[in-house]
Amino acid sequence: MSQPDFSHDASRTARGTAFRYLFMLCALLSILTTVAIILTLLIDAVDFFAQVSLVEFLTGTRWSPTNEPIAFGVLPLISGTLVITVGSAMVALPIGLLTAIYLSEYATDRQRSYLKPALEVLAGVPTVVYGYFALVYITPALDTILPLSTFNGLSASIMVGIMIIPMVSSISEDAMSAVPDSLRQASYGLGATKFTVSTSVVVPAALSGIFSSFILALSRAIGETMIVAIAAGQTPRMVDLTDPAGMFLNSIQPMTSAMVQIGTGDIVGQGEAYKSLFAVGLTLFVITFVMNLISEFVASRYREVYR
Amino acid sequence: MAADTRDEPADSEFGQISRTKDVSFRLLALAATLVGIVSLAALLLNVAVDAVGWLDWQFLTNPPHPDPYQAGFLPALVGSVAIMLVIALITFPLGVGAAIYLEEYADDGYLTRFIQLNIANLAGVPSVVYGLLGLGLFVGLFNIGYGTVLAAAFTIALLILPIVIISAQEAIRSVPDSQRQASYGMGATKWQTIRNVVLPRAMPGIMTGTILALGRAIGETAPLIMIAAPTTVFGLPNGPFSKVSAMPLQIYNWASYPQTEFQYGVVAAGVVTLLVVLLTINSIAIVIRNRYQQRT
Repeated sequence: MSQPDFSHDASRTARGTAFRYLFMLCALLSILTTVAIILTLLIDAVDFFAQVSLVEFLTGTRWSPTNEPIAFGVLPLISGTLVITVGSAMVALPIGLLTAIYLSEYATDRQRSYLKPALEVLAGVPTVVYGYFALVYITPALDTILPLSTFNGLSASIMVGIMIIPMVSSISEDAMSAVPDSLRQASYGLGATKFTVSTSVVVPAALSGIFSSFILALSRAIGETMIVAIAAGQTPRMVDLTDPAGMFLNSIQPMTSAMVQIGTGDIVGQGEAYKSLFAVGLTLFVITFVMNLISEFVASRYREVYR
Repeated sequence: MAADTRDEPADSEFGQISRTKDVSFRLLALAATLVGIVSLAALLLNVAVDAVGWLDWQFLTNPPHPDPYQAGFLPALVGSVAIMLVIALITFPLGVGAAIYLEEYADDGYLTRFIQLNIANLAGVPSVVYGLLGLGLFVGLFNIGYGTVLAAAFTIALLILPIVIISAQEAIRSVPDSQRQASYGMGATKWQTIRNVVLPRAMPGIMTGTILALGRAIGETAPLIMIAAPTTVFGLPNGPFSKVSAMPLQIYNWASYPQTEFQYGVVAAGVVTLLVVLLTINSIAIVIRNRYQQRT
């Protein structure tokens, strides 16, 4: 057989094309998932807004889906979410940023090989476990020094903060590692110490990546469910700017916690309370979706600069 | 020069201050790095101590019970494993297929970039929202039934699919292009190259990513609550349409019991069991990764 045999070529390409389209379908499934998420949320949310006006939902200051008098104002839930977001940001952003600086600028390769996996473990612990930790270990510990309720925003915030540290540190570290070494060398050449190089050269140069990690981590904190459902309680409460400490010390209810409460309740079928689940879910989805897009957009900027 | 002598004290002072700053900043950064790790270690130690005496054979083989001394974890444990197996069957082919398309077939056009952005966004959608998707789609539209093995598995499969795709893409990308060229040079078609060259080389990485994603799946709670999976089930699942509970759900349920025996005993035992299963899954992934990393 000196002549190559081309007789199977047609069937070979046909098979190749079939596989190509099969794999393409798998990839398109992700778009289908997004469409399905939006549709399932919208369909029931639209039903809900036929009963409860959008204005009432967005501006109402009382949330009481099952107890009379029924009220569907989402603002108390949004303020609960805000409290957790601000609280966990105060824990995670500084710690995560310093961690990233340490890993990228100070740590030896050996240290990094231990610290990075150890940090990844933080993100891998199931959130229901974190919620339990917050409720039975952190709250009693804090209770000895602060006038805390059994369910409170503070321990939930601390726990969510610890959970999102690796998101901040790993993305920020990637951004810092992408800063060209020539910038550091130039700075050292001018006689700068490592502190100056880190804070005045590397961090500013990696700023878009750092911001992107912040936004992503906050988005994760907003969507975090089990920690707040277990440890923060189920008391929808408006932000009281005259008493910010009260928000952290008392029981609050973020959006996700309200969803769990309705989800575990005995509400089946077509009632307004059941439909409100999808309205709150839609609100949550829109907020986190926009934040994730912003984060993606900001991150793509630093990638372009140093490539 | 006169200027030099005038500058000298200022210079050395500058050097001293910045060195103190440098050392203290280094220590501060190291302390921050350790905060999360140390506090997690402390919490784990607490829960391990609390679980002593509660985590025994009877706990692992009994069904749940209102009496803490008779309460067991078996239905939740089996439920979690059953859900995880179905998830693996769904996500592995779909995730690898999508990754192959994006890495090997797709051109760098708008559609590809849109799919890529979309996958990144899906990875950031809160898990509780996936729960609503499962409730609307699998429970509502397809009528698979509230809290069944299939409804739970489909819902969480969609949740971890983006993670599987992203890690499979990385594994496929790390196969050197020279190997593809060699395969084409032998006259192989694109599909033959993918099947005989790319996939075998990328498989350890794909497996590692998939197993790690399954580890995440086993800890997911909120989606199961949304599709109305029961927090307590007394029997083992006996088919794809039987109602199922899972370890995190049972833990969530027990954590709301007021008795100290539950709060500091039974739940601690459940948490340790869940973490041991998780640790086992993750070590399998790490073993696979290390074994193949050394060979290449």
